[in-house]
Amino acid sequence: MDSKNLTLFNRIKDSDIYFSFIKSPTAIISTFILIVIFFCSFFVEFVTPYNPFDPSSLSLMDAFTPPSWTEDGLAKFILGTDGQGRDMLATILYGSRISLIVGFSAVIFALVLGVGLGLSAGYFGGKYEMIVMRLTDVQLTVPSILMALLVDGIARGIISRELHDEMAIYVLIFAIGISEWPQFARVSRAATLVEKNKDYVSASTIIGVSNLIIMFKHILPNILRPILVIGTIGLALAIIAEATLSFLGVGVPPTTPSLGTLIRLGNDFLFSGEWWITFFPAIFLVILAFSINLLGDWMRDTLNPKLN
Amino acid sequence: MKPKNLLRILMAFLFVFASTQSFAKTIKWSMQGDSLTLDPHAQNEGPTTMVSRQIYEALVTRGLDMSIGPQLATEWKTTSPTTWVFTLREDVIFHDGTPMTSEDVVFSLLRAQQPTSDFKEYISTVTSVRALGNYTVQIKTKAPNPILLNQLSNIFVMSKKWATDNFAIVPQNWDAGQETFSATNAMGTGPFKITLREPNTKTVFKKNGKWWGNVEHNITQIHLLPIKNAATRVAALLSGEIDIVTDAPVQDLARIKSSAGHKVESTPQMRTIFLGMDQAADQLRTGNTGDNPFKKKEVRQALYQAIDIEAIKKKVMRGLSEPAGIITFPGVTGYTKALDKRLPYDVNAAKQLLADAGYPDGFEVELRCPNDRYVNDEAICTAVVGMLGKIGVKVNLFAQTKSKHFKELKDNQGDFYMLGWGVPTLDSHYVFHYLYESGASWNKVNFSDAEVDAAIRVMEGEVDLDKRNAAIAKAWKIVRDNIAYLPLHHQVISWASKSNVDVPIRPNNEPLFRFSRVN
Repeated sequence: MDSKNLTLFNRIKDSDIYFSFIKSPTAIISTFILIVIFFCSFFVEFVTPYNPFDPSSLSLMDAFTPPSWTEDGLAKFILGTDGQGRDMLATILYGSRISLIVGFSAVIFALVLGVGLGLSAGYFGGKYEMIVMRLTDVQLTVPSILMALLVDGIARGIISRELHDEMAIYVLIFAIGISEWPQFARVSRAATLVEKNKDYVSASTIIGVSNLIIMFKHILPNILRPILVIGTIGLALAIIAEATLSFLGVGVPPTTPSLGTLIRLGNDFLFSGEWWITFFPAIFLVILAFSINLLGDWMRDTLNPKLN
Repeated sequence: MKPKNLLRILMAFLFVFASTQSFAKTIKWSMQGDSLTLDPHAQNEGPTTMVSRQIYEALVTRGLDMSIGPQLATEWKTTSPTTWVFTLREDVIFHDGTPMTSEDVVFSLLRAQQPTSDFKEYISTVTSVRALGNYTVQIKTKAPNPILLNQLSNIFVMSKKWATDNFAIVPQNWDAGQETFSATNAMGTGPFKITLREPNTKTVFKKNGKWWGNVEHNITQIHLLPIKNAATRVAALLSGEIDIVTDAPVQDLARIKSSAGHKVESTPQMRTIFLGMDQAADQLRTGNTGDNPFKKKEVRQALYQAIDIEAIKKKVMRGLSEPAGIITFPGVTGYTKALDKRLPYDVNAAKQLLADAGYPDGFEVELRCPNDRYVNDEAICTAVVGMLGKIGVKVNLFAQTKSKHFKELKDNQGDFYMLGWGVPTLDSHYVFHYLYESGASWNKVNFSDAEVDAAIRVMEGEVDLDKRNAAIAKAWKIVRDNIAYLPLHHQVISWASKSNVDVPIRPNNEPLFRFSRVN
């Protein structure tokens, strides 16, 4: 059979990755969980009838309803309600959408910045490489959460308060992204150093292909595997970083809560017996981060055994 | 090391251990916010006065039963209807050892009348303060003042020499963000003195061994450790890190009560929580209509009737609040049950009122709220946002720490805000003088009514109680009919402490550690 006639599906089916995937139950389960979470979060309007971000739709008298399977629970609030009468399930799904958007955007931001700098540093070498790599060293000495707090603090200082609530999500993306880029820069530089001495690069140089095209068209596809692996693990880290920042109260505002904000708000009721307000967002965050991590582990084993 | 030396060292350790165990009685006290300043005349605010009350004293003071009794003055008489003569105690010395004389009292009263003082409204009727002798002070008032003693119980006396030496002759200008020596240090005559002050972190009070009074407490030190987060505060109490919390979160009272080593006491507090709406500005700072809807009484009433106070009581306050119709509470001169009745909760009527006022689609406004001052303050505001949303008023909540909230409020930055008001004098005059009089310092709704202003003058100078009460009743009726503020509820406070710590609870939420015991 001519390989050109193969459909995309068949190409995937015959690949090593697919083979490794169907042989790994953890990968299948975590992918399944992630697909369900992504679907429910991004199509939450169709999944639940409640909109917890619209204060006028809430009734305070519904507040503190326990989960439906407990004695005082109501069937219409499966996971119960929080202190303002918001349905927990709907709030968690809306919140996880914000968490996922922030996580993805932050990782993409860090990836573009880190790979751009790391790749060019590895390719050009010299003083430029030294500056970029020392910059990553300097930043790696600062814990990423501290870096994110710093960025948020500065943003609060320069952005007016009225704008801050609207800008909060972008500030958060920038803060987390800027704290994670050194990882990407280091990995892509290391991979570039290996690739740039290979014959195909020398050949391209000899026939006069421009540096930019060599870097992004020829080298980039060959270093993509390790970047994808740390990108996946970085996503879990970014989601947890967002939750941490929101838990500390510097993340998104409580009127449009993310998972971390929900855990913080529920924290006030830990002693009073209303455990579901903080428990469900927390367990949801654990499942989400754990699934992404398991998928990342599997990708690392399959795509780049050297990172093991 | 020789065995003999080792034994000596061990003995020394044992002695220190034994002595600290048996003699040092420390109370670790926590609440969500801290005192804003140690300057006794700079900021008239609950927790600030709570702290000042332990280190400073006044001519007269309220005891555990809230009745007025002598403190720095032993006796007083009126030589004419407008002239009071106070005889001072002669055995009082300040924390630095200098004796207190009439000079210090005159200085303190005049200091509290300075423009930067937040206590000037208390004694605005005082026209002159004069020392007649080393231990005699004469106070003259504009007109006969039936509540002068109540007012004087909140004017603390500080050392004139100390204030002069430390450039603190005028009170700290707190509203302008001034920092002075007197804001972080104190020189009073009280039963405790400050030995360490780290704002918002830790304040250490030590027993004043040379205090003039009869020592009823057995405390050597008080540590004030503010903890903003409610759950953290309760965790600290339950783990034994904190001995007493004077604002135990309502949602955790059951949990604290169930602990064998802890107890909870509750009492209706002398404090009413309400919302203010700027009725004078031509345009709301945070509005979207280009005008000021709050100018119309219908709008204010619509907001009033849209608030389901019973739901707030049940869900946010867990039953520990008393819905309010006026900003004063039982026990205050002028309070009546009839005045305290609320307008009914009625969403449809509220919508109709808004439509009648010309805002059928509602409007947008920002609600300013403290998040570390009153019981569940931010949660109340969040609930209000939802309730007003139901009648089409889009409220954006802005909650922040109390020091910023109060400062920006005084700086006239609020369109719509939350405030709580206690009445230390137990007389309606105090409420009117601060909240309703034209141009009063906390009248940030800019309410102004000539009849109310006239009634306030009557309250200040009328000694005939019937006439005075009639003026109070009339003023309450006017402000209530005008819906100058949106009253929410009277607070109920709860103090939670270890079982062996005895700090008598008081309805003004002010602990008096000189009556406290650690058993």
